[in-house]
Amino acid sequence: MERVEAFEVLEPGILTTFQDLGRYGFSQFGVPPSGASDPFSLRVGNLLVGNGEEGACLEVTIRGLKIRALGELVIAITGGDLSPLLNGEPLEMWRTHLLVEGDVISFKKVQTGCRAYLAVSGGFIVPKIMGSSSTYLSGKFGGFEGRELRRGDILYTLDIQSSLDKLGLRFPSDWLPPWKKEEVLLRVIPGPQDHHFTEKGFQTFCSSSYQVTPQCDRMGVRLEGPKIERRSDVEESIISEGLISGGIQVPGDGKPIIILTELVTGGYTKIATIISTDLPKVAQLKPGDQVRFNPVSIEEAHLLLREQEERLIKFKENFQKR
Amino acid sequence: MGLYSKTLYFLMGDRGLLLEFGDEISREINEKVRRMALAIQAETLEGIIETVPTYRSLLIVYNPTVLPIEGLKKRLELIEEGLRQTPLPQPNLIHIPVVYGGIYGPDLEGVAKYHQISPEEIIRLHCSKPYLIYMIGFMPGFPYMGELPEALITPRLKTPRLIVPKGSVAIAQRQTGIYSMESPGGWQLLGRTPVELFDPKKEPPALLQIGDLVQFYPVTEKEYENWSE
Repeated sequence: MERVEAFEVLEPGILTTFQDLGRYGFSQFGVPPSGASDPFSLRVGNLLVGNGEEGACLEVTIRGLKIRALGELVIAITGGDLSPLLNGEPLEMWRTHLLVEGDVISFKKVQTGCRAYLAVSGGFIVPKIMGSSSTYLSGKFGGFEGRELRRGDILYTLDIQSSLDKLGLRFPSDWLPPWKKEEVLLRVIPGPQDHHFTEKGFQTFCSSSYQVTPQCDRMGVRLEGPKIERRSDVEESIISEGLISGGIQVPGDGKPIIILTELVTGGYTKIATIISTDLPKVAQLKPGDQVRFNPVSIEEAHLLLREQEERLIKFKENFQKR
Repeated sequence: MGLYSKTLYFLMGDRGLLLEFGDEISREINEKVRRMALAIQAETLEGIIETVPTYRSLLIVYNPTVLPIEGLKKRLELIEEGLRQTPLPQPNLIHIPVVYGGIYGPDLEGVAKYHQISPEEIIRLHCSKPYLIYMIGFMPGFPYMGELPEALITPRLKTPRLIVPKGSVAIAQRQTGIYSMESPGGWQLLGRTPVELFDPKKEPPALLQIGDLVQFYPVTEKEYENWSE
């Protein structure tokens, strides 16, 4: 199959990068996973257009991206609702669309969430570095030359013929994570350092509402709210250890920071970790949003994860029957 | 306390398991971390996504829909029981040239003053023995090494720098490290190396690996500027 031009970037918007499901197996060299902040939306986007679920998509942040189709393409847009438009007209999310040469896709403003994913049938052609096409912004490698997209960039896809028969395919809306709530509920599993906090501190963490500050990017989300009390007989920092996305660090000032995918090790205490099925909700937070934390058991977290995976398998099967 | 008689298991969410082997930075504990990481890699367990070895703990990232946590824990306990048979590879000894002081090591003078010895003595001490790489972390290719000679133990800067140049050789408390990329940072900068520590296109991407030994040696500004690998 040949590589063909898919899009020209007319405006890069606030931040647009190539991401896939991340770069694993290199953390012993200090390399964080990177990858889609909201892996669920990326996977659904890929499935909608008939790709393997792990393929590279555009991760679009907040607003401003404008791209022009350079040929006939099948696309899907998933994730946060950033008011996607096709030639200025609203474009339905979570379903496939056929574009013709010259069509312009743009993202006007945030309705809900923070990050949208644009998948193209055939997949974007992005070189793999350490097994992944994800952009690692602070490391300046992966994705499109290790950087965010700029005006004039040309994006490529594979020239595939079978894409038209996937048109009209929708992802069931009742399977989507709820994002429109006034306050986002994030379920967590306590630890690994929950014992570094007082009982009162842990209560504060579970019963308070926290607000997302402007310090919110692909590395993490800093929150403002009631101070979480630490035990006086433990040190503020710990010996550096591995990090995972969804980890909630509490540095010396007692204000929580949610870790995302671009960090590998750290020496702050972590009071709890957000469960996998709620990570998409974290990726969709933006400054000013309110969150609340709710502890759950690992059994419940694993059950929710299995249910999500079963829904995705079912969706894939329905799709393959067509 | 040192090495725990029984390894502690902590949940890191629903897909991370943190094995903690001790409560301090020591060679014995770090050796166990490395031994365990190697033994797990040798088993090639389906459902293990990643292992992150650090000073005194090992984070295991797993896929719970493939590898249930109870099964994972049992396997890890078995692996730990047989750990004495896992040999550690012979460490590589890597020599790293450093131009000390001046614009390359803006904190050399301050560190010398802090310890009330000459900058030359700081350089001699820093180059006096090979350091063990306890972990690579913080950024791609950044080695956390120790232990510094007693006379070199220095606190971090009160105010971290917004930009630390790539290649900066630095110290903090008992540790020494090298900024493999430009980044913010709070360690005291003694000098700079021209050696490339990380190249994403190389296999492996990092020059230095956990368990290796690093010996620093001083070079002149001219040697630094004309360095070719």
